[in-house]
Amino acid sequence: MDGAEMNIYAKVKEAGPLLSVRGLSKFYGSRIGCADVSFDLFPGEVLGIVGESGSGKSTLLSCLAGHQAPDEGGIVFDGRDMFAMAEPERRRLARSEQAFVHQSPRDGLRMGVSAGGNIGERLMAVGGRNYGAIRETALDWLGRVEIDGARIDDRPSAFSGGMQQRLQIARNLVTAPRLVFMDEPTGGLDVSVQARLLDLLRGLVRDLGLSVVLVTHDLAVVRLLAHRLMVMKSGHVVEQGLTDQVLDDPQHGYTQLLVSSVLQV
Amino acid sequence: MIMLKDVSKTFTLHNQGGAVIPVMTGVSLTVAPGECVALTGRSGSGKSTLMRMIHGNYLAASGEILVGGLDVAKASPREILALRREELGYVSQFLRVVPRVPTIDVVAEPLLTLGTAAEEARDRAAALLARLNLPERLWSLSPTTFSGGEQQRVNIARGFIHPYPAMLLDEPTASLDAINREVVLGLIADAKARGAAILGIFHDEEARARVCDRLLDVTGFTPGLAA
Repeated sequence: MDGAEMNIYAKVKEAGPLLSVRGLSKFYGSRIGCADVSFDLFPGEVLGIVGESGSGKSTLLSCLAGHQAPDEGGIVFDGRDMFAMAEPERRRLARSEQAFVHQSPRDGLRMGVSAGGNIGERLMAVGGRNYGAIRETALDWLGRVEIDGARIDDRPSAFSGGMQQRLQIARNLVTAPRLVFMDEPTGGLDVSVQARLLDLLRGLVRDLGLSVVLVTHDLAVVRLLAHRLMVMKSGHVVEQGLTDQVLDDPQHGYTQLLVSSVLQV
Repeated sequence: MIMLKDVSKTFTLHNQGGAVIPVMTGVSLTVAPGECVALTGRSGSGKSTLMRMIHGNYLAASGEILVGGLDVAKASPREILALRREELGYVSQFLRVVPRVPTIDVVAEPLLTLGTAAEEARDRAAALLARLNLPERLWSLSPTTFSGGEQQRVNIARGFIHPYPAMLLDEPTASLDAINREVVLGLIADAKARGAAILGIFHDEEARARVCDRLLDVTGFTPGLAA
């Protein structure tokens, strides 16, 4: 028994973080975007970031994903310093080992290109050349995100919002990234469509061992998806911990306010 | 297997003038492998609070909470997640699931998280649901629309699908009929026989008398209630 116990925590301790963030800050003139954010994200872990509009969570996400340059701090991805890296190397990483799921599928999809093309394009960007193999993979991914393979040649503009969001996820995951950034992925969807997407995301995280940084203002979504939770206010992280602990026994006044403001169904 | 040493709990209400409410103090207890201990005390005496602290859902203000060697009071989130995945089962009174996920998958999920093959996980889930007399036609439906007793059996199946060495049971027989209550008492007896340490809340006195080896009144740990 003792040996087995040592094992499960040794595993926890031994695996190094996939993403290490230290002292990350971004200022817009004298206004704070986000300030002094530090955390480690481990393989297979989903980190939720919650806060109201303007809390800095989207600024933080865009700095993490390399869409904006932070003013201070460091990001290490899989042992590699993201800011010491040459730009082409960073772009290659962003296309292969990392992915970004936008709130609006329109920002993450090419609306004039077929569903299959949207998935295939990512594969070609990392060197895929065989047309038959690419189409086969696209078809497989359409199935995994529950889109009928017969729709492979349709453009996403002919899809419902929920289908578009699932297609965006397929496009992002086809290159087998290890780290996925998600900005309100269930944001604009009807609740019934949201539930299906949550189930899909949970399965993909578990089966593919994905690490995810998930930004949302929806506490119900983080409860179901995130292992750990970070609460932001005015650019600062005010509380972080195990998701259900932060939601059920919040320690910071702002988190208490946030949690107690949720309408009960 | 479960050992608490001088554990206390306070709630600080920052939005109500920073009021500090002490809810538990000086909690010490042990549950040995193969033993089932019942927490007793009237409503509001802190039974559920204590269970939540052991599960890592509530933060302890002080003291040690040892579950199989891990101090939950000081453990990192990742260590607590590993503990819950492998060693500490929890049957709560509430079912919290992603809507639309079929019951059989809800029950199989803890095994999938442990890396069990999908087919085996579903087979074991099916066997447990059958033992709990949940009609097979319900297995492919989401439990969110089930009756209280049906939801409770789904929760129990989920909590017993993996042979956790430590278990927390919050009113496991509360809304069950006599037949299913027997099934659940049988599951608890089996878990004890394989060496699980169980801490539970049972308002059902007869059930408590049948499976529990000891009673522990938490009133003595509750500031303001202790006589």
